[in-house]
This record gives sequence, structure tokens and C-alpha cells, in this order.
Amino acid sequence: MRLEIGNINIQDIQFGDKTEVKNSILYVEKEALINAISGDDHIRSIDVEIVRPGESVRITPVKDVIEPRVKVDGPGGIFPGILSKVDTVGEGRTHVLKGAAVMTTGKIVGFQEGIVDMTGPGADFTPFSKLCNVVIIAEPHEGIKQHEHEYAVRLIGFKAAKFLGEAGRNVTPDDIEIYETKPLFKSHEEFPDLPKVAYVYMLQTQGLLHDTYVYGVDAKKIVPTLLYPTEVMDGAIVSGNCVSACDKNTTYIHLNNPVIHDLYKLHGKEYNFVGVIITNENVYLADKERSSNWTAKLAEYLGLDGVIISEEGFGNPDTDLIMNCKKISEKGIKTVLLTDEYAGRDGASQSLADSDPSGDACVTGGNANMTIILPKLDRLIGHQEVIDVIAGGFDGSLRADGSIEVEIQAITGATSEVGFNKMTARMY
Amino acid sequence: MAKARVVHYINQFFAGIGGEEKANVKPHVSVELPVISQQLAKLLGDEAEIVATVVCGDSYFNENLESAKSEILEMIKKANPDMLIAGPAFNAGRYGMACGTVVKMVQDEMDLKAFTAMYEENPGVDVFKKDVLIIKTSDSAAGMRKALPSVAKMALKIINGENIGTPDEEGTITRGLRVNVFSEERGSMRAVNMLVKKLKGESFTTEYPMPIFDRVAAKPAIKDITKAKIAVVTSGGIVPKHNPDRIESSSASKYGRYDISTFKTLSEADHETAHGGYDPTYANLDPNRVVPMDVLRDLEHEGKIGSLFQYFYSTVGNGTSVANSVKYAEDIAKDLLANNVDAVILTST
Repeated sequence: MRLEIGNINIQDIQFGDKTEVKNSILYVEKEALINAISGDDHIRSIDVEIVRPGESVRITPVKDVIEPRVKVDGPGGIFPGILSKVDTVGEGRTHVLKGAAVMTTGKIVGFQEGIVDMTGPGADFTPFSKLCNVVIIAEPHEGIKQHEHEYAVRLIGFKAAKFLGEAGRNVTPDDIEIYETKPLFKSHEEFPDLPKVAYVYMLQTQGLLHDTYVYGVDAKKIVPTLLYPTEVMDGAIVSGNCVSACDKNTTYIHLNNPVIHDLYKLHGKEYNFVGVIITNENVYLADKERSSNWTAKLAEYLGLDGVIISEEGFGNPDTDLIMNCKKISEKGIKTVLLTDEYAGRDGASQSLADSDPSGDACVTGGNANMTIILPKLDRLIGHQEVIDVIAGGFDGSLRADGSIEVEIQAITGATSEVGFNKMTARMY
Repeated sequence: MAKARVVHYINQFFAGIGGEEKANVKPHVSVELPVISQQLAKLLGDEAEIVATVVCGDSYFNENLESAKSEILEMIKKANPDMLIAGPAFNAGRYGMACGTVVKMVQDEMDLKAFTAMYEENPGVDVFKKDVLIIKTSDSAAGMRKALPSVAKMALKIINGENIGTPDEEGTITRGLRVNVFSEERGSMRAVNMLVKKLKGESFTTEYPMPIFDRVAAKPAIKDITKAKIAVVTSGGIVPKHNPDRIESSSASKYGRYDISTFKTLSEADHETAHGGYDPTYANLDPNRVVPMDVLRDLEHEGKIGSLFQYFYSTVGNGTSVANSVKYAEDIAKDLLANNVDAVILTST
């Protein structure tokens, strides 16, 4: 499977009479965008704002961040099984509005939505402060159920990203990157002497608003299976979860999964990157046992020499991470783990809820319990009063002067467990 | 820039007053700077000066903890310092405890920059490493020539507001604190590079060394429990009334072995708990709730167990380090084996 990613660099976003890309500027026809994403009975109002890097703006509670993409060649469309038919994607050519994103906000769904500051100390911790964002403020009708609310806003975000992505259909990309993964035997013929590696991609599926979807299927209901890495770049996996903001994989992160991109960098040189094993993080023990048995079985079946395993979330999924690590290691396959830490505000506690000596190669996205003071910013989009109750906030987080003291857990994308950021933690 | 004002805290030995026989010396400010303080002052150079050396005997400090602390705090405050340096204490246990206590006190009470230096097995390390920056030294004062320059270097770093590196880089005791830092490469690329090294069999450094849980496999079941000698070991803090061994309510530094051969049951009149980590009301009302002597005696009389061992062992689990717990367990296990105990009931709270 071979996919060309055509990056169209977006340096600014402005409202305009027509939705189009001209000279690296994305113009958005506001009414047309609102029309394209309206129609859900659960939603009372939708508004759109534009925020840019460096502006004194805070957006909260942020639910999802999505990159606008459009499929210009090859089977299927973006977000298969959700907005497009369930064709298998990952082949042909896809255009990306690089540097732009859709960000959804509005009344809080649960407790686990985040903060994005476009400037100041908080901006250093979130990758989304570096993007020009089209912020969709979707307010629900009173009395709707949380899961209906989450579903409605999730779809609105995808629709907005698809609508904007269309603007890139006929634009010549600034650069084209090619990603190719061949069928297993062909791939082995090509690199017979290189070790075979794969990516074990754990998806958050604890349920009750902690869900991820694969081709439209709730990943709680899958058994571990294989994907070509490029399928992910066309939106085969999307976020539906309200897990702590710092280490949930937003849809933007799934589309740009850095483990996949970085494994491609040394593919054919240091190893043969043969594919992706997706698995879930269900809460029942039998599900945990079955899924970890199957990741190990698939890893063995593919004849792998090594894997990178990434976690999503913390606490309960730590057990899935360790079960995957242990069982895959027992097959004689080398493992590297990607996680983050909950070592307490003082950093003195044990960071993970489970552990095994086989987890001897571990990369961390940092300690999510570290606290930070975010100064008052000039403009607020969303609802700041939720700060005290979101995960990472505490009673008194929102101070009288408008500044905020929170754990970085509350900052969207701060401790990415797929390694999207440069942060790590060291032992002092 | 004005020189930074440093107070030095040392014990009677390093003040040149005397050894163990002078360990009861009360807290005082040395009239002249002791030799060790002069040496340190020289190493600090032009950027800092030692404005006072506070001296206290190690025995006096540890036996009069509260009054010694407040006297010392007053003396330090009077000197109006920018920083406090305690020690080096090398492997002197009571001196190490005093240095740790003084540093933590000035951090908490005065928000003063402070640190100490000692040998890594000094008991003060375990107690204070989480709260206090400690520079590693050798185990005896023979290492002074190496220790003082390290102390001076750290002092100047802190005075100049420089970043303090990792324990390996700085030669400090690992405090066990996870600290966030930004690295050169993003996490995914670090993972890829680590995987390449692991595949090649090259050495790599994990970013998070996994804690190793010491899982102890259960022994096979006792074949004939009616012949077995049973003992009770608890971390629930049950002790004879008035806690004769003074087991601490938290971070216990010891365990006790208590004779129960004359007791048919435990009661409020003769036993209590020393544990500070739970509401003790119900354990104090009926200590059998933690050490189930009453039912074990019944079983003994009914012939359902062989016998109840004449001692039970007790410590306080609250905040007690894993390292100490392991040490107590090893001692207790030896004693149990020496007394031919067949099985143990472990109770926790």
C-alpha cells in the first residue's frame, strides 16, 4: 500500500467570501461552514472562531483537534466508516492542510477535556498552540445525555475538518511525502537481512466516553488486528474519548501518529517496518487477557524481531501495557514502551500502576501531575468555570485574578504517549 | 554584587570542641569561624561569605529535638542569610539526621536555600533525601578534601541560579523525584532509536526504570494444620500498652516481638496500636481485630491448629519504606525458622 501525502502549508486562516486556499492562507466562508456542520437535533448553537499561534487566547474545554485532509486519488474518502463509505483507505494521494486544525469546544461533556493556550507558559506544553485553529463552539440543548452530546460534537468536528479539507483538493502541495508498506512476504523479500518490526498501537477503550473508533467500529468490540500504517493517515482511527487531556490521542494525533512516521524514517535501513497491530484497553480481565494474547500471537505470526508499544491513558491501561510487553517479550521479541507518568505533584511516587522487568526499555512523555500556573489571557473561548473540575484541575484552580493553577494533565496533548512531544522525565 | 550570606551548620566534632564526650554541647554561634568553615569560605571565593557557623552537639540535638531546633532557627535567622549549608556529615548517623533536620527546617520555615552532604548509607539520607538536596561524600572525614570543593561548587551554582543537573551529573543523592524536562528529539523518535539499539544488542538507557515488585510466591498448603505451629506477624502496629519499644506511628524504624504466652486474648487493658495511618478506635477497643489471638486460642484448644507461637511480631506499615520492611521481614523470618514455626498469618490494616 502506497500513499502520497501532499502537504499544503497553511500560514494563516481568515474568514472570506469563499472557502479556499490562496498563497498559503486558508479562507473560510463562515456561513457555509456552519451550514455544513449543522443539523444535529442535540445541538442548540454553533459558532466559529479563528485563533493563531501567539495570540492571547485560551480555549477550554477542548474536546478534539482534527486536521483537515482530502482524498484526491485512490479508494475511499477521509474518515471511512464515519463520514465516507467503509472502503479500505491508505492508498493513492491525500492532501493535507498542514498547519491548520479544527478544534471543538462548548459546554463540557465529562471531566476530561482540556485547555489549549495559544501563548504563554501553557502554550509550550501543547502541540496545538503551534497551529492556526478553526474553533467550533458547539453548545448542546439542555438535558441531553453525555454520550449523545459527545457523539454530536465528535461528528461536527469531523465534518468541519472534511469541509475545510476540500479546499485543498485542487491545490498543488508544497511538498509530497511518500509512505509505502508492501505485503508481508514481498516486504521480506526486499529486506531479507533486516530485523522485522511493527507498531503495537493501543487504543483507549475503557468505555463510558473513553472510546476510539476504527473504520466506524467501537474499538472495544474488536480483537487485535492488522493495519497498513498508511490507513491511519486517511482517518481509519478517530478519537471519541474524553480521557485526560494530556495523554489522549486526539484525531489530529491519530492522523499524524508520530510512531508510524518515525518508524518509516529508518525503514529499509535499520529494520523492516512491516505494519501496525491495533489493540484495545478494555476494563474486563478476560478482554485484557484475550487482547494481549492476540497482540503477542500476531507479533509472533508476523515473525517480528521488535515492536514499539504505545499506551493511551493511564492507571487501568497500565496493566494492558504491561501484559502486552510481557507476553510479546516472552515470544523472544524485543519491546520498547511509550507511556507517560503519574508520579504525584512532587514527583516522588511510583509512576505506573503496573510493572514488569521485561519493560526495560521505556520512553516517557513526562509526569502529568506536575503543576503549572497559567496567567490570565486576553480572550477566552469556551467555558473557563470548568477548570476546577476537569481532570488535572482542583478546587481553587481558577483563581480570582483569572490565572489558573493546574496539573499539566489538563493541557491537551501535554504528555503524549505516542511521543508527539519533546518532553520527558528524569530521575532527580 | 554583594556577597551571598551563608550560614554553616556543623556538630561539636567539626567545630573542634571534642568527640562523643562533648556531644551534649548546646546550640551556639561559634565566636570564630571553625577551621572547616574557614576552608569552605576560601573555596566559596568572592561570591559568598560565611557569616556565621552554628554548632550543636549531636546528642544534644537528637535528645532535645524541638528546643534545639527552635534555638538553632533563631540563630540562623539572626544572621540574615541567603543560604544554609549543613555538614558534610559523612557517615555520622546522628550528625546526618541533624543536618537533614536543619536543612528541611530552614527550607520550610524561612524558605531559605539550603543543602547538606553525607555518605549514601548515612541514616539521614533515607529520611531526608526526598525533601533535601544531599551531595554524596565518602564515609569518613578522610574524604573532606574532595567533599568541600563539591559543596562549594553546588553552593555557587545555587547562588547564581544555575540549573541543577541530574544526580549523576552533580554527584548528589538520587531523591527519587521525577522531573519533567524537554529533550532534543520527540518521544516517538527516541523510541525508534531505543528499539534500534535494543535490536542490535547495544546498550541503551531507559527513561523510566520500572519499579521491580518483589512478588513472593505462596508456599504450598500446610499438609496437617492440626500439627502446625502458627505465628502472627502484623504491620497493623499492635503493641503492649504504652508501646514499650516506642515504635513510630509512621515510617517505623523498628519492629517488636511480644510474648503472648500468658494471654488468652488481647484486650484494651493490655494492648493497643501504635499505627498512625488509620482510625485506631476499633483496634484499641479490641486488638484481636488486628492480631486475632481470641480465635487462634480457640482453634488451639479445639485441636484445629497445632499451637500458637509464644510471640507475635509487630511493626507499623504506615509510610515505612520498602527497604526497611524487607530488613524487618528477613530478621523475623530467621527467628521464625529458628523456632520451628510452620506457618504465619500476616495481618495488615
